[in-house]
Amino acid sequence: MGGYIARRILLVIPVVIGILLLTFMVRAVIPTDAVTAMYEGQITDQEAEATTALIRAKFHLDRPWYIQFGYYVRDVARGDLGESVRLRRPVSEEIGYRYLNTLWLTLSALAIGIGIGVPAGIIAAARKDTWMDVTAMTVGLLGISMPAFFFGLLLILVFAVWLQIVPVVPRGGAALLLPALTLGLIEAAPISRLARSGMIEMLRRDHIRAARARGMSEAAVIMRHALPGTLLGILTVVGLQFGQLLGGAFIIEVIFGWRGIGELAVKAIQWRDFALTQAIILVSAGSYVAINLAIDILYVWIDPRVDYTRA
Amino acid sequence: MSAAASLPTSRLAWVLDRLWHNRSARIGGGIIAIILLCAAFAPWIAPHDPMAIDTLRRLEPPSAEHWLGTDEVGRDLASRLIHGTRYFVLICLITTVIAGVIGTVLGLISGAGPLIADAVIMRFVDVLLAFPTILLVLAVIAILGPSLTTAMVAVGIGNIPGYARLVRSAALTIRREEYVEAARALGASELGIIFGTVLPNIVSPLVVYTSYAMPLAALAAAALSFLGLGAQPPAPEWGAMLVNARSFLFTAWWAVAAPGLAIFAAILGLNLLGNALRDVLDPRDA
Amino acid sequence: MREAALLSVRGLAAHFVTRAGTLRAVDGVDLDLASGEVLGLVGESGCGKTVLALSLMRLVEPPGRLVAGSITFDGNDVTAMDTRTITRLRGRGMGMIFQQPRTSLDPVIRIGNQIAEPLISHAGMSRAAAAREAIALLEAVGIPGAEAKARAYPHELSGGQAQRVMIAIALALKPRLLIADEPTTSLDVTVQAQILALLRERCRALGTALILVTHDIGVVAQLADRVAVMYAGRIVEQGPVGDIFAAPAHPYTQGLLQSAPVLGRRRERLAAIEGNIPDLSRPIPGCAFAPRCDHRPTMGERCDREMPPALAVTPAHAARCWRLATP
Repeated sequence: MGGYIARRILLVIPVVIGILLLTFMVRAVIPTDAVTAMYEGQITDQEAEATTALIRAKFHLDRPWYIQFGYYVRDVARGDLGESVRLRRPVSEEIGYRYLNTLWLTLSALAIGIGIGVPAGIIAAARKDTWMDVTAMTVGLLGISMPAFFFGLLLILVFAVWLQIVPVVPRGGAALLLPALTLGLIEAAPISRLARSGMIEMLRRDHIRAARARGMSEAAVIMRHALPGTLLGILTVVGLQFGQLLGGAFIIEVIFGWRGIGELAVKAIQWRDFALTQAIILVSAGSYVAINLAIDILYVWIDPRVDYTRA
Repeated sequence: MSAAASLPTSRLAWVLDRLWHNRSARIGGGIIAIILLCAAFAPWIAPHDPMAIDTLRRLEPPSAEHWLGTDEVGRDLASRLIHGTRYFVLICLITTVIAGVIGTVLGLISGAGPLIADAVIMRFVDVLLAFPTILLVLAVIAILGPSLTTAMVAVGIGNIPGYARLVRSAALTIRREEYVEAARALGASELGIIFGTVLPNIVSPLVVYTSYAMPLAALAAAALSFLGLGAQPPAPEWGAMLVNARSFLFTAWWAVAAPGLAIFAAILGLNLLGNALRDVLDPRDA
Repeated sequence: MREAALLSVRGLAAHFVTRAGTLRAVDGVDLDLASGEVLGLVGESGCGKTVLALSLMRLVEPPGRLVAGSITFDGNDVTAMDTRTITRLRGRGMGMIFQQPRTSLDPVIRIGNQIAEPLISHAGMSRAAAAREAIALLEAVGIPGAEAKARAYPHELSGGQAQRVMIAIALALKPRLLIADEPTTSLDVTVQAQILALLRERCRALGTALILVTHDIGVVAQLADRVAVMYAGRIVEQGPVGDIFAAPAHPYTQGLLQSAPVLGRRRERLAAIEGNIPDLSRPIPGCAFAPRCDHRPTMGERCDREMPPALAVTPAHAARCWRLATP
């Protein structure tokens, strides 16, 4: 088992290098912009030339790209993500609390999405082709067709304006309610479809028929013999779904003014603040890789079938 | 067991016939047909100029003159929605062509070309797949700067890995089939095999995959416009129409509802059509 | 009907209704089985024998369903049972084992727990008692190191061991009937004989009747008391094993016996009979075997138009062939 995990971790290395290269590109393709953006209008033309050279040297912009990349990797390893041109402070300071905010939002949304999507999908599969299945699947289809930003605005309109259940500008924990609900409900749609197809596929397997043949009740067949395997299948997909969730979170954060990294990323791109953009992408992609790695390792722990000696 | 498979009609005719008898395909196809018609004849259908500003008639509710009301500078929302279909169709086509063509070429080289190419391409695809699509898209936009073109290119690139993976595995499977071995034994060139034998046989999985990918791509592009990273106002792109309207959510909900529902209906149409296509082409989980 | 009838099937039909058409997998089957008897159900793949086996326990899944006929087991009509009763019947009255033993075990539940399942839910045993009984049952089916194996997961077993476990589960509550659907087809040749011997030994010890579904007529010769030959969803010949092997009455049975492979050598296709099995999605008004039958040219059109009834050869031996009706 240890060997399998070690191999799985080794597979992450090229991915991490790829992420570093791509994020490096975000800033490297426009090297002069970083300099002009930072000091534009503050110095005279004569000073500019000398200063530019100085700054270029400071950021190693006068060196070949692979040397620059080396410096970049070194800085990242030290936890130095550079300085935001716009905010005039270290990127890592700004990203820290926003990262936690986004984490809260995505985790709450995931909980809502799983809490609604998995039972809905499983009931739909167990009662395939009945009105329950048709209802669940119709709602699911509407859900995957619904743009997250429009759904968020709809929920604001319904809950804050018409029903007045939540304040228009909520504070504290209440502020998390609507964004998490929006994202969670949107996310429940694909999860329910995955759960349903996973369950239907599972119910076709030989061991389900064998369990029925030994006189297990339909409830026992579903809860004991079909559900665990289906949930295992969903677990791996949830890891991938985290990427979707992240994309959704970026939009939801903008709508609800939730101060997460998504909202910051959109601003950073509009500000053309490359250090900030770069850092957000780096941190998000890093988390995504880490989460999927964690799920794969978790999977080995739970599923007795995974053969650790091979794979 | 399926009697239809042995019918002498061509496969395309068979698929279309099955779609015609599928309710979900009819509804979805109907929505898409309306969108295509609007896109083709927008200037003749739209009652007003989509860009004409009328500051005296700002944020008017739906009326006989303005069917869906007006936006924050008095432009006719209905006309803007009708012209917006052109953006929608453009976005669907461009993103799918970028992802589909590049992904298919990479997948074919990888699945049917030399081993070293396979190794290089697959490592590259693995890295891209390790990125959540949104981050890949944002990275591309950060590099190229926000615009509709960038957004379409970015979403297209974001979908390349999926196509490449799909085509590669399909190509690997087909290359092992007996009839391909037979073609090779008869002296067909590798390139000839790829284009003559492998490509026609991956059309069906490609269509099925596109039925998933296209609505997601269109949603992503609309979201980018909404975030100000895609089409820019005052373009009558549906996502971009929401950027300013959102500020008037509490006073003029129709200005939000109109483009929002348009996107929703269009994506629903694609998904319904996609569901039906999958039922017909890939009947495993009917 | 004979006196000690355990199972009596009359006019049973199981169809699969899909958009592409209706597949008549089982179409009017009559079958009898006495207590403790071993019946060999023989036919080519695709003749409906597996669907018939599943029908007896009402395990046919949608789009398939029983459309006609009755199944009387131990005096009760299986087709009329409610869910609770049929579940109880499957637990205590009938057991079934399948062609693919390894995938028929739940991959994420330990062997011992799977054997204990029916003991707990149908015999009301405590968990501890069921766990002890599970080990005893594993020993009874000849699994070495039963205590350790009870803690194993299915993927740690060989195919032969998995089938032994399946037998242990199916016979855990001493049912009166065991249905074995191609129980040795997926196993190594050397293991096949062991599993068949185990089946015979366990069924005799418990007084359990056995329906052995197989395409391998050699297996039937070894094990069965009686034989039922199935073709295109119908039983075409039924009788004591000695009679059938000595004097097969139906041309299809004759063909089967001529092409019988050497024991142990697998063969799904019966090369000696020309032609293919008929398309079951179309109704067949006459004898389904007629297009392949050597006697068809001399028999005339009756074979195509009218389905022959089961005609007696001897009191215990009947076949559906018009040749038996001609004086």
